Amino acid sequence: MQSAYQMVVIGAGPAGMAAAQTAARQGVEVAVIDEQPHPGGQIYRNVNASPLADIDLLGKDYVFGRQLVQGFEYAHLDYFANSGVWFLDRAGELGIVQDGVHRRVSAQRIVIACGAQERAMPFPGWDKAGVMTAGAAQILMKSAAMVPSEAPVLAGNGPLLLLLAWQYLRAGVRLRAIVDTAQSANRWPALRYFPQAIAASDYLFKGLKLVSAIRRARVPWFREASDLRALGEERLSALHFTCRGKPQHIDTTLLLLHQGVIPALQIAAAAGCETRWNSLQQCWQPQVDDWGQSSVDSVFVAGDAAGIGGARAAWLGGQLAGLQLAHQLGLIDAVKRDKLAQPIRKARARHLAIRPFLDTWYRVAESSLVPGDETLACRCEEVSVGEIRTLAAMGCTGPNQAKAFTRCGMGPCQGRFCGSTVEQVFASETAASPQQIGRFNTRPPLKPVTLGQIAGIAHNEQR
Amino acid sequence: MFKILGDTGEHLVVELDGDEVTVPAGVSVAAALLYLDRIPTRHSVVNGLPRAPYCMMGVCFECLIEVDGVVDQRACQLQVRAGQRLRRQLATSKVESA
Repeated sequence: MQSAYQMVVIGAGPAGMAAAQTAARQGVEVAVIDEQPHPGGQIYRNVNASPLADIDLLGKDYVFGRQLVQGFEYAHLDYFANSGVWFLDRAGELGIVQDGVHRRVSAQRIVIACGAQERAMPFPGWDKAGVMTAGAAQILMKSAAMVPSEAPVLAGNGPLLLLLAWQYLRAGVRLRAIVDTAQSANRWPALRYFPQAIAASDYLFKGLKLVSAIRRARVPWFREASDLRALGEERLSALHFTCRGKPQHIDTTLLLLHQGVIPALQIAAAAGCETRWNSLQQCWQPQVDDWGQSSVDSVFVAGDAAGIGGARAAWLGGQLAGLQLAHQLGLIDAVKRDKLAQPIRKARARHLAIRPFLDTWYRVAESSLVPGDETLACRCEEVSVGEIRTLAAMGCTGPNQAKAFTRCGMGPCQGRFCGSTVEQVFASETAASPQQIGRFNTRPPLKPVTLGQIAGIAHNEQR
Repeated sequence: MFKILGDTGEHLVVELDGDEVTVPAGVSVAAALLYLDRIPTRHSVVNGLPRAPYCMMGVCFECLIEVDGVVDQRACQLQVRAGQRLRRQLATSKVESA
């Protein structure tokens, strides 16, 4: 690893691979830092190093990632796998840990392309051993060819839950039930966005294909489910819920949850990028211009990290960031940049056309964002929703003061999973929008590091 | 809890809680623990609640485990290696709060 690069890209998912490749093609000196052993991000994880005998099992949208990863592997750039960023600043200084060794790297420009994370789905018992995210289940399939050995329950709302169900059925996994928390009341408001969604009809047809395959398999499908409660002592034993007014009980040892994804904001927030609340997607996102440049001049944010748009839009968004960076670094003029960008923008707009429809159709219910008092909001420090609600009622000024009072958000995950719940409880109690409430401050170290490892930086640089 | 589709791949031996166990090669420590059905993988330090891998992508820190004598490692971000010493961070006794 050199000590300085023109451009450092954080994340080797579709947006990061595209930004890196596009800039490198124009002659920019690029390093890509990624936490995983192989490029592709979570969406195309292991696509070119699959442990599966037949990757077609996961569907053609996954297989599509093969050509993207291949192009990346041939690009003229420095790629560092198994590497995480634990520190960065506005001056372009980064602290990187690779296989336990820490280094400092400086960059003229940084592209944050660290993708999305699962939105928290808090209800009583969601912290039990045996409750996992749908994304986790997909990672086990992609990276380890692992599927449940007993029929799991899938619960929640959103396209990924249906995709996982479809993939499991193709893999011969029996499903105990789908506990669907989608609200039929969302359908009418979503139809307003249907005309523009037709431009991206391939997404609609894919959705219909998933739903009809799940129906054909006669998976028990509980619609409009609410009041979820996971039971069990040392591990999960059952799921309780209400479906159309009737209490339901399903014995299960594995419960897979999903209610959409949100931008992984930690690195952009730590870099000082301004963020705004997206009320349609019910999450925070960094403020970026139409090239992906953030409020911090040297920092770009591309792909789902800048707002949820899916893998294909992320790939195209990454290309736009790469072109603008090549331009800012003096390698291409504005005319060439704009000429190259024009077809990319057009294709990206088509992929994004489906989002308002999907975001509205799968809008998460208020009751699922602001659960009852006994639910754990912060899993790490075990702070309940009730404690946060009490603080809000007492006049606590917001998430950061609540953090000081309760340690909520101060545990190892640094507020990545409780942040949205804490904001939503405050917003609901004070009848304010999350934009007015604000979010947890984010500070390095962004990944766990030992003092010894930090102290070793100078030593590593001398070698 | 989880099985490998068409399991014909390589395996290796690691030490888990003092016992030698066989796990698939090339997977994360968290995946190996799920394969072995050894959950919970820890008890929380706050109230001793049982926990296990949750997000598998390094975000939630639920899968923390002791690896080769170093505690609080994210099991989902580490690959299994032959001879690795893994120890689940389980509470042996619970301290009653006053």
